[in-house]
Amino acid sequence: MPHSEHLSKQYDSDLEDIRSRVLQMGGLVESQILAAIECFGTGNYDLMAQVTDTDRRVNSYEVEIDDACTHVIAKRQPAASDLRLIMAVSKIVTDLERTGDEAEKIARMAKNIYDRGRLQIPRSADVRHAGQLAVAMLRRVLDAMARLDAGEAERIIAEDVAIDDEFRGIVRQLVTFVMEDPRTISTVLDIVWIAKAIERIGDHAKNIAEQVIYIVHGTDVRHTAREDHGEPDGAPQ
Amino acid sequence: MADPKPALESLPLKAHAASLNFHYGTFQALKKIDMPIYDKRVTALIGPSGCGKSTFLRCFNRMHDLYPGNRYEGEIRLHPDNVNLLDRAVDPIEVRMRLSMVFQKPNPFPKTIFENIAYGLRVRGLNKRAVLEEKVEEALRGAALWNEVKDRLHEQAFNLSGGQQQRLCIARALATEPEILLFDEPTSALDPIATASIEELIAELKQKVTILIVTHNMQQAARVSDFTAYMYLGELIEFGWTDDIFIKPKNPQTEAYITGRFG
Repeated sequence: MPHSEHLSKQYDSDLEDIRSRVLQMGGLVESQILAAIECFGTGNYDLMAQVTDTDRRVNSYEVEIDDACTHVIAKRQPAASDLRLIMAVSKIVTDLERTGDEAEKIARMAKNIYDRGRLQIPRSADVRHAGQLAVAMLRRVLDAMARLDAGEAERIIAEDVAIDDEFRGIVRQLVTFVMEDPRTISTVLDIVWIAKAIERIGDHAKNIAEQVIYIVHGTDVRHTAREDHGEPDGAPQ
Repeated sequence: MADPKPALESLPLKAHAASLNFHYGTFQALKKIDMPIYDKRVTALIGPSGCGKSTFLRCFNRMHDLYPGNRYEGEIRLHPDNVNLLDRAVDPIEVRMRLSMVFQKPNPFPKTIFENIAYGLRVRGLNKRAVLEEKVEEALRGAALWNEVKDRLHEQAFNLSGGQQQRLCIARALATEPEILLFDEPTSALDPIATASIEELIAELKQKVTILIVTHNMQQAARVSDFTAYMYLGELIEFGWTDDIFIKPKNPQTEAYITGRFG
């Protein structure tokens, strides 16, 4: 992928602007998830309001970036790596926005739990650990996008399984918990929702990683086996 | 999702260039070009000014023969008979009977619409009025011009608009039933509406004839062609399916040109 500049400086700056706004949006979503997980751990109501507030900013980033992509398509008719970047970005921002929605869901469920006045939360540490894994995955995929690192994107896709496993483990343990004490069912359901939201965040990070591979190699690896993700013969470096 | 592309080996060839060199006197304008031209497909030649794309196109109908000091090496084989178009023993007039060219600016003859098209047919010895009328109509229909000019066939061709004149030139090229149509920037002198109608026409014409088109407009190459060849300084840098060239070119030089980073 060439890093040289376009003949049109404005085109360069339009693309750079889109790229950096995606990374800003990603940073915002990352902080949103961290805050949501902290809400779950501590029951900090102020942070919960902050998560919702951040979601509004994330949503407006999505709209703005999509609009910028539409403008580039209309004005520049991007081709090759530029086209791939624009197409991928318009999908990445959807994943980021949905990741933000999941963070909001975590904060909302955490509020439900604390509103019930429940102080002991089963599997809390496991859920928070899965949440940290998901945040790390998102952070790494944003780095991979910034560095156009398809190899790292590949590794992230492979690691999504770890979060899926965590989710299944948490659900299994919660089922046992609720069987022992059926009065906990409302809280347990909220925790399952939170764990599911975390698992979805991992899926979104994986989707973004697939788009990073598309940007770099031009291969669409969605819905394919991992061994098919390799760089095509003679693909641009 | 785009239809899966057939394997190149399975596509019939209409022509191919093999180790083609071309010299304008001491200046070598084409360097060892090897390129397939697939039958009933549109192949676009793109590249910056001076890259040799028009020179390459003009080799096909031996236009360079018109000037002294020009020299070809290598071959352009026309299939299925495998004749080498550049062979000195091959009469350029014969070559031009099998390939027709449409130029950048519409260049109708200073004659009527009808006579513009009938001219090439008369040269080939067709003189029967009824046959000529039939062929003229067929060519004009082929160039999507018939409905606009059927009631004014005996008016001067220059009375037509620029876009119509260009379609008349295409009809004139079609009248002699060429095997390959050569387009040298056929829409660069036309407005966007006339350009769109020519592009539409190219899509229809490829059902019947192989097309080779030189264009400065990359989006036009992306829109009309099945294959794209990127040339630079007389060399063929990359040849491939247009979809691949515009979405994931293999060569960094092609990438730079396609994305507008070339400078």
